[in-house]
Amino acid sequence: MFALEITGVDRTFHVAGKPVPALRDISLSIREGEFVAIVGGSGCGKSTLLRLILGLDRPDRGEVRVGGQPVRGPGLDRGIVFQEHRLLPWLTAETNVAAALRRSGLDSAQRRQRVAEYLDLVGLTAFAKAWPAQLSGGMAQRVAIARALVNRPRFLLLDEPLGALDALTRLRLQAELARIVRHGGTTALLVTHDVDEAVFLADRLVVMQPHPGRISDVLTVDPAARRDRSSAVFLRVRDKVLGMLGVETEAVRAGAYETAA
Amino acid sequence: MKRVLPLLVPLVALAVWEAAARLSHVSHELLPPPEKVAYRLWDGFAHGGMTGDLAASLLRELSGFVIGATGGVALGLLLGLSRPACRLLGPLFLGYRQVALFAWVPLLSMWFGGGEQGKVAFIALAAMAPSAVNTWRGTSALPHSYIELSRVLMFRPLDYVRFVALPGALPAILTGLRSSLIAAWLATVGAELFLDVAPGLGGRMNEGRETFQMDLVLASVVLLGLLGLTFSRLAVAAEKSLLKRRAA
Ligand SMILES: Nc1ncnc2c1ncn2[C@@H]1O[C@H](COP(=O)(O)OP(=O)(O)O)[C@@H](O)[C@H]1O
Ligand SMILES: [Mg+2]
Repeated sequence: MFALEITGVDRTFHVAGKPVPALRDISLSIREGEFVAIVGGSGCGKSTLLRLILGLDRPDRGEVRVGGQPVRGPGLDRGIVFQEHRLLPWLTAETNVAAALRRSGLDSAQRRQRVAEYLDLVGLTAFAKAWPAQLSGGMAQRVAIARALVNRPRFLLLDEPLGALDALTRLRLQAELARIVRHGGTTALLVTHDVDEAVFLADRLVVMQPHPGRISDVLTVDPAARRDRSSAVFLRVRDKVLGMLGVETEAVRAGAYETAA
Repeated sequence: MKRVLPLLVPLVALAVWEAAARLSHVSHELLPPPEKVAYRLWDGFAHGGMTGDLAASLLRELSGFVIGATGGVALGLLLGLSRPACRLLGPLFLGYRQVALFAWVPLLSMWFGGGEQGKVAFIALAAMAPSAVNTWRGTSALPHSYIELSRVLMFRPLDYVRFVALPGALPAILTGLRSSLIAAWLATVGAELFLDVAPGLGGRMNEGRETFQMDLVLASVVLLGLLGLTFSRLAVAAEKSLLKRRAA
């Protein structure tokens, strides 16, 4: 059984009376424990797809199933990290994480213990009492990751979670994210426009194209690629995906991967 | 220099008042000089029962403020958070705002009488509007992303009010409460002047007018102004300390 099954999903918005097809005939299945990355330029419907999985929006056609059940609305089985951390500025790091446990059914001692556990997982125990305004962008995003995971969701959805961070912080958090997600064995779906990030983190890549938003390619990433960002196998996958997105690299143009691919 | 500047205009005004009282032909009965008013103020507190009047007015103001502001914040939350409530009550509330406050006096005195109840009702009505308007505006201006977050975290409506709406709208609510406090103080004097005579600063002013003691009238005016200023200052300070931690 698949953790997530999307079958024949269409979603069209209407802007000023004109139809804007955001998603056209999307089908995708994700296995339990898999880490899948969706790459594509902006406007190809990546966020719309995540909103459908979250149950914040309904497809016009087709179906989204999580754990075999059709999605009817949001649920604590799916956690999300948005591009902006979306922490509540009037709550401390720890109370922001604790707020996610309102409907968890845990008692207050269990909640405290759970919050401490996840702040520790993201390495922010020392900043439990800090206000969001006192945290750097990377730290705030780590709190947001803790908040998304604290209910131990079966699904972690990440909508360009590192997109707003500086390059160094982003690299550091990519490694953190790899560790955190593999640690919990959560099934993860990452949306990103950073192809390196996708290749580094994911087991499988889904390439989307815009107007209308659709899936053009799905490829499996060789686990060897993840081990070294400068390895030939990493670069080959990356350049291939860049090519699919219409970015020709020098190596592709020179035909360097013709035989290897 | 910065500390002296705000005092400049009041000092000049005081000097003009002094000069007018001394140099013009207007009798001191009509325009008593400042020192006479100051003396009257001191005398009022020392022997004239002004403390009791002040306490009576303050108690009245605070009762009306607490009732009105609580109702105002509740109404503002309802208007800001519930679309049906906003559609049903919004226009009614905006219409009510178009009616001058004193137009309610006859109605309120019929319903509640001209005594203590009528006065407090009038003050509460005056205090209600600013709290309601600001709370309404503050809650309906919250970013949509917080609503989305609350849905993802499966918040119940009360969770949303507690974790998002109230703290998110807090700056606006505090602005509303401050305006309500001032409105309540203005309404207190109005109620005391236009409803039944009772102990209080307004009553004292009426007495001064009827017995032709302009110094008493002016002393009451000065006291009202000073207290209004104090309220405003206290409210601003409370607001600052409440919102401080967020800015960090
Ligand atoms: N609520 C909405 N109303 C109207 N158009 C929308 C809405 N949400 C998304 N769209 C449109 O759908 C397309 C896909 O948007 P989105 O899913 O945000 O893309 P991405 O996340 O890949 O950048 C865009 O053209 C966007 O303008
Ligand atoms: Mg997006």
